[in-house]
Amino acid sequence: MSDLDPTLVVILAMSVTTYATKAGGLWLLGRIDLSDRAATALRALPGAIVVSLLVPELARAGLPGWTAAAAVLAVARRTDSVLLALAVGTGAVVSLRFLL
Amino acid sequence: MRQEQDPDHAAETIPATEAAATTEAIPAPETTPTTEATARTEPSEPPEPSELGTSPEPTESTDTSGPAVSIESTDTSESVDPIESVSFSLSGASAGFVRATPVALGVAGYGIVFGVLSGQAGLSAAEATLMSATVLAGAAQLVAVELWADPVPALAVVGTTLVVNLRYLLMGAALRPWFGRLSPAQAYASVFFTADENWALTMGELRSGSGRGAFLLGSGLAIWTFWVLATLLGATAGGVIDDPARFGLDFVLTAVFLTLAVDLWEGRSSLLPWACAAVVAAVSAHHLPGYWYVLCGGLTGSLVEAARHDE
Repeated sequence: MSDLDPTLVVILAMSVTTYATKAGGLWLLGRIDLSDRAATALRALPGAIVVSLLVPELARAGLPGWTAAAAVLAVARRTDSVLLALAVGTGAVVSLRFLL
Repeated sequence: MRQEQDPDHAAETIPATEAAATTEAIPAPETTPTTEATARTEPSEPPEPSELGTSPEPTESTDTSGPAVSIESTDTSESVDPIESVSFSLSGASAGFVRATPVALGVAGYGIVFGVLSGQAGLSAAEATLMSATVLAGAAQLVAVELWADPVPALAVVGTTLVVNLRYLLMGAALRPWFGRLSPAQAYASVFFTADENWALTMGELRSGSGRGAFLLGSGLAIWTFWVLATLLGATAGGVIDDPARFGLDFVLTAVFLTLAVDLWEGRSSLLPWACAAVVAAVSAHHLPGYWYVLCGGLTGSLVEAARHDE
């Protein structure tokens, strides 16, 4: 087992896990009833996880990072264009790091 | 992969996801806002007469002057079983492929970003492409890259992948009324290709009554193709960059999560669960080792949302 590449093992485990969730809804939820409350909880997970990832990240971003983050949010809300938001944010962080 | 630029799709994702929460074993067409069904039905081509011909009301199928109206009335009629026969055909798959291609172009933008970032995280181009081809879950893959380190925190990466993807349980369950009519091999091969974007397109298609059971597979193949190729492109091109901070690449992942957050924001109702998640994540990031803060914050937000479900 020791000669297994851990990266490949993790990728394989990720793919099995993901497929289990995709197929699991089709298979399992025909057999058990999921309450509305549980469905609400599941639906709220991705947003809450993204926020949780962002908090420590932003906490150490400093002034250039905070300003750029605000720019990303503004552009993403206004334009719906992810790539434009990323470009503006990255441009902002690079120039602000240079200036500040 | 959750985002894309098409405003039509953005508008339709919300009711579709909303409906997923209430869809259990019953297709329950009345839970779908009728505006959505109408909007989806009218501009797109009506189902082929042969498919409509299996309608329980034979008079409907001969009325070619108003196909949209007849579909509406078939869907919302009191019949015991509102679902027509579900086919699994090449034409259904290619319709899905064509419809999802513009969306897949938006997904490709994300794929390039994922490819570049996975290179920064220490994955080779082959590994990143393999991940895109076998996992096919944009948000989970981006989170994995964020957590990636040397040595790989395997438990954190796989555990977070599971939690981020739990929403697929709901999406798979919503497909049941139609996929129950397919053979198990067709159904379980198709769900591999579930992504947020083509799932939403597929639900719209199936609710319109076209009975195209291969639509998820076809639309998913479009997403998969663009996602995998874009990953390869991004990972190869990203390898050329030797000083990521100089180009602000260390900030890109933060920016990606910010745009994901904008996309997942459901208005003021998201405020409380997100604020609770943020506080718990900040506190646990300070006091707990590793990546437990991701799960602590994520579960807190989810539980807060569930706790106030009754209002």
